[in-house]
Order: sequence, then C-alpha cells, then structure tokens
Amino acid sequence: MIEEIGTTELGDLVINVGPQHPSTHGVLHLVITLNGETIRKVEPHLGYIHRSIEKMCESLSYRQFIYVTSRMDYLSSHINNHACAMCVEKGLQVEVPPRGRVIRVLMDELTRLASHQLWWGAMAMDVGALTPFFHAFREREAINDIMEETCGARLTMNYMVPGGVMADIHPDFQKRVKEFIRFFRTKIDEYDELVTGNIIFKNRMEGVGCLSAEDAVSFGCTGPTARGSGVSCDVRKLYPYEVYGNLAFEEVKETAGDCYARYLVRMQEMRQSLSIIEQLIDNIPEGDFQAKTKAVLKLPKGEWYTRVETARGEFGVYIISEGGMTPYRIKFRSPGFSNLSALDHMARGHKIGDLVAIMGTLDLVIPDIDR
Amino acid sequence: MDKAELKTKIAELLPAATFEDGAEWTTAGIDAADWAEAAPKLRSSEGLDFDYMFCMTAVDWKTHLTMVYHLTSTVHRQVLVVKVKLDRQHPVLATASHIWRTAEFHEREAYDLMGVEFTGHPDLRRLFMTEEWAGWPLRKDYEDPVNMIKL
Amino acid sequence: MDVDQLNTGNKPFPGDVHPTAGGGILVTKLDEVINWARSNSLWPLVFGTSCCAIEMMSTAAAKYDWSRFGFEVARATPRQADVIIIAGTIVNKMAPVLKRLYDQMADPKYVIAMGACATSGGPFFYNTYSVVKGADHVIPVDVYVAGCPPRPEALLHALITLQEKIRKGRE
Repeated sequence: MIEEIGTTELGDLVINVGPQHPSTHGVLHLVITLNGETIRKVEPHLGYIHRSIEKMCESLSYRQFIYVTSRMDYLSSHINNHACAMCVEKGLQVEVPPRGRVIRVLMDELTRLASHQLWWGAMAMDVGALTPFFHAFREREAINDIMEETCGARLTMNYMVPGGVMADIHPDFQKRVKEFIRFFRTKIDEYDELVTGNIIFKNRMEGVGCLSAEDAVSFGCTGPTARGSGVSCDVRKLYPYEVYGNLAFEEVKETAGDCYARYLVRMQEMRQSLSIIEQLIDNIPEGDFQAKTKAVLKLPKGEWYTRVETARGEFGVYIISEGGMTPYRIKFRSPGFSNLSALDHMARGHKIGDLVAIMGTLDLVIPDIDR
Repeated sequence: MDKAELKTKIAELLPAATFEDGAEWTTAGIDAADWAEAAPKLRSSEGLDFDYMFCMTAVDWKTHLTMVYHLTSTVHRQVLVVKVKLDRQHPVLATASHIWRTAEFHEREAYDLMGVEFTGHPDLRRLFMTEEWAGWPLRKDYEDPVNMIKL
Repeated sequence: MDVDQLNTGNKPFPGDVHPTAGGGILVTKLDEVINWARSNSLWPLVFGTSCCAIEMMSTAAAKYDWSRFGFEVARATPRQADVIIIAGTIVNKMAPVLKRLYDQMADPKYVIAMGACATSGGPFFYNTYSVVKGADHVIPVDVYVAGCPPRPEALLHALITLQEKIRKGRE
C-alpha cells in the first residue's frame, strides 16, 4: 500500500539569461519568470555596457563627438555619424554640396545592407541553422573591403564630417560597387532558397511574438519592428533628408506583426537598398565633397533635433548648445531602447525557445540601448 | 495643421502654457503641476492625437531641471515639443507611462541619471547603474574623483 | 632530490637518466609535448561586449578562419573554454561578471585583451564614470591587441603570439 506523501505545487521559476550568453547579441541580462516552459514575465536588466557616452560628449568638441556614435550602434556606424553631422550642420546652417550628399547616401545604404546581412546570419544561427552565418559574413566582407578602400576602416569608419565627407571616394569605388551589386543580387535569391521557405524556419517564426500596430506606436517602436506590424514610420519617406526625396524606392510593410513578418520586411529592405544604390552609383555629381567650415566649430545658443533611419529604426540626435565649443547636453534617441521595451509584451505566453526567435527579429544591439 | 494653428489649438487647450519662438517645431512650456492633466488631453484630443512619443530628455540647467517631451501624431503628422520645468531640490513629476508605454523605460532612465521622481510609475528603479550607486551621474555638479578622469 | 635515491628497493631503471640542472630531460620533453598540444587546441569562450565582438565574429567566419589554428569550437560555457578573448569595453557593472567567468574556467587558462577598450579604457578613458580603464584591473591578461576595433589579422597575430607564449613554457 502506498501512502500519499503529499502533493507538490508547481511554482514559478526565475532564471537568468545573460549577460554572457550566445544569443543575447551583446550583454543583455534577462530575468525570466517561467511556469514550466511558458514565459510569465521578461524583465531586461540593462547597464552592462553603459559607457556614459552622453556625459562624455559634454566635454568633447563638435567635431569629436560624432565618432563616439560609431561605437554605439556599430552595425550602422555611417548612419549614426550622418545624423550627428546633419545636426551640427543644422546648427551652423551649412549646406552640403551635392556630391557630398550622394556619397553619404551611398555609404548609408551600403551600411544598411551590411547590417541586414549580419542580422540574417546571426538570427539564423540563433534559431539553429549554423550555415547561413558563414554565407552572411562572406558577403559582408565584400562590403567591408569596399569601405576599407575608401574610408580606411572596416567597422567604425570615421568618415562623415560636418559639411560633407572626410575624403573623396576611391577611384575604383564605382567599379567595385557595381560588381558587388551584380554579385549580391544572386546571393539574395540564395538566402531565400536557404532559409525563407524552409518549413522548420516558418514553423518557428509564424505566429510568434505578435505586436499590434497600436502597441507598436505606444511602445515607440520604429524600423522593421514596427513596419512588420503595418505602421508607416520610415524616416526616409516621411521626413526625407539628403537626396532620399528624389529616389524611387518603396517603404516595405507587412501586416501580420509576427516574427516572420519582421523577417520578410528586412529581406525586402535589402532589395530596396540595392535598388537605391543602383540608382545613385552612376549619377554621382562632380564637385566638392565637403563644404568649407572652420577648424573649430562653435554652435550658437539653441537646440536642434535630427532624425535618420538606421537599420534598426529611427535614430535621433538632440543637441542643446549654450554657445561654447562643447555641447551643453546631447541626447541620443536610440531605436533599440524603445524596441526592447516591447519585448516583455511580445513574449508573454510563449515558450522560452520562442524568446530567442523574438529577440532575433528585434535585431537588438545592446551598446545602442545602453549608450 | 501648421505651426501657427497648432500653437493656437494648444493655447486653448492649456491656457497656462508659454510658447517659445524661433524653434523648428511648436514648443510649449508648462508647469510640473499641470502635466498630469495636460498629458491625456494631448493624447486624445480631437485634432491633436499625439500618440507617438519619440524622445524624452532630462536637462540640467544648474538652477532648475527640465523634462523635454517630443511628441508626434501618426495620424496628422505634426510635431509638438513640451518642456516641463522642475525644481532642482525636489524634482517630482507625474508619470506618463499609462499614456505612452515607451515612457516606462525613459522615466527609469531619467530617474537613474538625473534623479527625477515620477509619481505613479509602476516600477521606478535604477536602470543603467547598479542599485547601490549614489548620486545622479548626468547632473552638472556630479563629482566622482574615483572613476572620472578629467581631461 | 637525487634521482639515484628513488631507485632503492625497486628494479633497476631501464635506460640512462642524466641529471641536469632543473630536472630530468624526460620531463622536459614531456613538457614540450604538453605545451605544444595545449597551444594548438585552445577553445575560446564566447564573450563579446561591444564592437570588437563583430571583428571577433569576422575572425571566426570563413574569410579569416581561426579554426585553422586550433580555435575550432567556441564554447558558450566557461567550464569548457581555455581562452577568454575580452572583446569590448568592461564597465563597472560587468566587472564582477567577468571575474566570475574567469574563476569558473579551469586551469590552464589564458586571457587576451582585444581592442583599445579592454587594454586601457580606450576612447572612453576621460570623463566617464562607469568604465573600467582596462580589463587588467579585473583579471590578469596575457596578450593585448591594439586597435579600435583591431583587424581580424591583428587578432590572429595575437592568437599566434599566445600560442608561442604557451610553447615557451611557464617562466
């Protein structure tokens, strides 16, 4: 005869994911409350890469602080530098010559492509497919080589200055970019063959992590995270800057709001970036690449805000100046900060394996969040 | 609606607001005590519908603190900047996290780095620094001889 | 301890033992073989905090493959890793985590400080309240790599330098 010893109660289990973890894309510490394998609550703990950039910028000159933003969202380093340079130009009321503008947009789009390639490789690796990682990095090396010829560096290219770009493009730039476009067009189709239609991948992504359009706006999500839910928020279309107003490209949106929709948005964005580069590469105007500015820049008293579209969403630079040689206060509106706040809302009720898929499609870069 | 119309509409809605001229967007300044009623009005009034807060900044002006809210409406495509003046010794403000969910993290950041307290926030604790950190790092009078090496 | 005294009571040792300063030649040869084996199969720990992590991933990818040199498997858990490549800035909040990871690794373990931030604080040296000015304030470092971020070739050079350091032994 077996006596009843008693009953056990299933309580909630609290586990830590990170800060050192292969799938947290940086140092993100998540405290997850689980009931069995179902997620009850996700609480992100930040600050493991908080490098006090905003305080540091208060002691750097207007020419120096631009390059610190390269280290924030390092996968869109050109685009971040572009936003800072545009904000300083707004304060100085300097106009960039047409050649400088077109070169900046070309560099931006190449950076966006490189960022999406890395996202694709890293996300596929998170979900379990190891091979796409190597394909993605092979293509990314092609862009890195182009950047290295012109800008001198592969990842943190300090190329944008207030007034234009630091140096003219390399004489082989156009030839190499055209070769790259031909090469990459075939590769995107290969990416689709490898991953997009794969039945296992679709099962892991469809219906997971749904975000409705109102929630996306309330959480302040921008970029492919919000466009996957149907919110129209592409800064290049709504508030065109540089030469984006004259280019023909579409704002890619999906309506499903789940992980698969965000994935499709980014794949389509890669194709749109290729078409923007194609439109511009043969029409780079002649002339100066940099407007004449003083060596030491001093902004008048006032405040300015500029926004650009990085690979993750809307990046904003807010400069408050009191007339000195260094800014009084700089605030960086980072896209990842708002995208991350929607993670808890999206992940409740899913299994812990789905959390990795959701984080992969949010495309978080933690130094961008922590600043 | 353009800047001038928006300015008149806001002036009717919030009679105590002051306006700044010469800025890129309509900029309204209100007192800390009025923010609790003003925020829901900005969110849901007819013709305003400011549903997307894209930036929230805390600024230390040495004599007082200011919270700057950048709001935009996805429906009407207009931008409004709201500046709320706070007392430096005792900066307290009503939360906006029940109106714009993005404010949850932004208010935690303002508390952590500047010391602004938000009443009604579901979970106000430090975000970037460790729990035991003393002081408000982003303030202008923050001294830290151990960690900060001055140039 | 004299080698001849060890043999009393046992069968005579087959072969000749030449006493040399610093130990027997047999043990020295064994040390060389062990060091050679250790240096050629160092498994790195997956530890990247910021931008240098991307260059570390590039070094692991197909173009600058580091598994040619034996760094084949990048382990996620410190219990199975030999070398920790600190790729990125260490801040005050992260320092105890780094220390704990280092303590969890089994001997012999090696540390490479990759990039300017891990070497000395890098671009974040002045006017920051939260950055640890160099990872060697937290754990002992074997090899430093300069660069912001260092090229994959620079990281490979550092890995090869570490291998040579291991082969030379523990002086």
